[in-house]
Amino acid sequence: MKSPSDSPDNLSLSVKSKISDRIQAIPRSGIREFFELVLNAGDVISLGVGEPDFSTPWHIREAAIYSLEKGQTSYTSNLGLLELRKSITKYVAKKFHVDYDPAKEVIVTVGVSEALDLAFRALLNPGEEVIYHEPCYVSYSPTIYMAYGVPVVVETKAEDDFALRAADVERCITPKTKVIMLNFPTNPTGAVMDPKELQGIADLAIKHDLIVITDEIYSELLYDDRTHPSIAALPGMKERTILMHGFSKAFAMTGFRLGYACAPPELTEAMMKIHQYSMLCAGITAQVAAIEALEHGAAPMEEMRKAYWRRRNLVVSKLNGAGLKTFQPGGAFYAFPDIRSTGMTSREFATRLLEEEKVAVVPGTAFGKAGEGFVRACYATDEKQLAIALDRIADFAQRHRK
Amino acid sequence: MDALLDLLTKDSRLSPEDLAARLNLTPAEVKSKTAAWEADGTILGYQAVVDPEKTDPGGVTALIEVRLTPERGGGFDRLAERVAKFDQVTTCWLMSGGYDLAVVVQAGSLQEVARFVAEKLSTLGGVLSTVTHFQLKIYKQNGFLSTPTPDGSRLPITP
Repeated sequence: MKSPSDSPDNLSLSVKSKISDRIQAIPRSGIREFFELVLNAGDVISLGVGEPDFSTPWHIREAAIYSLEKGQTSYTSNLGLLELRKSITKYVAKKFHVDYDPAKEVIVTVGVSEALDLAFRALLNPGEEVIYHEPCYVSYSPTIYMAYGVPVVVETKAEDDFALRAADVERCITPKTKVIMLNFPTNPTGAVMDPKELQGIADLAIKHDLIVITDEIYSELLYDDRTHPSIAALPGMKERTILMHGFSKAFAMTGFRLGYACAPPELTEAMMKIHQYSMLCAGITAQVAAIEALEHGAAPMEEMRKAYWRRRNLVVSKLNGAGLKTFQPGGAFYAFPDIRSTGMTSREFATRLLEEEKVAVVPGTAFGKAGEGFVRACYATDEKQLAIALDRIADFAQRHRK
Repeated sequence: MDALLDLLTKDSRLSPEDLAARLNLTPAEVKSKTAAWEADGTILGYQAVVDPEKTDPGGVTALIEVRLTPERGGGFDRLAERVAKFDQVTTCWLMSGGYDLAVVVQAGSLQEVARFVAEKLSTLGGVLSTVTHFQLKIYKQNGFLSTPTPDGSRLPITP
């Protein structure tokens, strides 16, 4: 798709030639393209977002406001406020059963996105490979690539409810493999990991001496009394794992841009080197808010989790009822319906649903080739709007049933 | 709290089918559980939360602090239950601290409240004293803000 800024006048042509080959080679994110379609479509119910519909709980916002009133507006330590790192290690120990030293095994970052960038840049020599699973969050592959690594895809499958199999990972391991990247519960599928397969992946990491990066951003949003062990907690794994987590999803703090990585001291130090020369530190207001979230945010978080759970049930039952086969996702706030019964591609489905019913979902292909035949419907949306959107999707699916 | 009960406290107008779809239950299960709670008094009632400034701008709401003499055997119960029976009383709590009952009264005018306090409440045997406070403005009731502030708008598509 062309936007006006792409028009080939002489000036932009000459500037374009100055952009590094590497960055030019990165394709535009499929999600951005779709974003523009949605903006132009006007009054749309959007199930296309990747963030909570709740605003940050008031007690957290209020803590941020209070910190500003007190004049807490300075830089912090490169690693982040020590008080926050202490809260993080306490929280991580309780939630994931792994103990980290707040002095040298935690770095506070501008979202998990920055933590990922730091980790890949700290770990990868040019040409070294990172195995990750698709469909997945849109930035994994470009972030690996920008760190001069080679992204190696393992596709997860609908018949496994998009969980990862250790055997599929093993087939991708080469002498150049350095990192296995995990994200469960997964954006965009809501998939969760079977503990046995997780152990299988840990065994592979140990056998082949690999680093594991685990993006735990959705790990609070689990349903049906499911527990979610982090791979970092498995025997022999802490010393080779970078556990990444943040505040965006569970505490509804996306705009605060705050995350963290817990890793062995040498790795934390290497990530800190990059962080100190690029970001310096995460914003102090967000860090203060994060302390409040960790220390006092459990009850509001649980309320939000229960709301997501109810909506998940509603979405999955309605979509299945409409003939769009949808597995019951164990976590996150996405449903990933199979739309092949309409005979359309993901993109066609999403585009026509937008045009005909004014409902936005994201084509599964925005999250990797393995997402073909599926769309992502985010149920972190006001319940009344969600119910209307589901009725419209049902009408659409009936009408286009092949 | 039971998930069905929890959802009913948030929105009691959802149909049994709507409730069932959100909670992975069948409509029949929803109906039988609800009926059981209604029968055993777990669910006391259902009501709309209205803004009295819109429906009854002249109306008056007062919070009355009441001090009582406890009775041998029943403590405050007999008197408190008697106070609670008045139609004007919408809420009646036994409190710790400087007084015993917190009584919320709704009436059409100041005079009505005054009459209630003077004729009904103060004259009850066992009532030692009352202090009446009038409500000036409602900012929040039953969890609902009077003027909800719209939350910041999200972008329609994000990764």
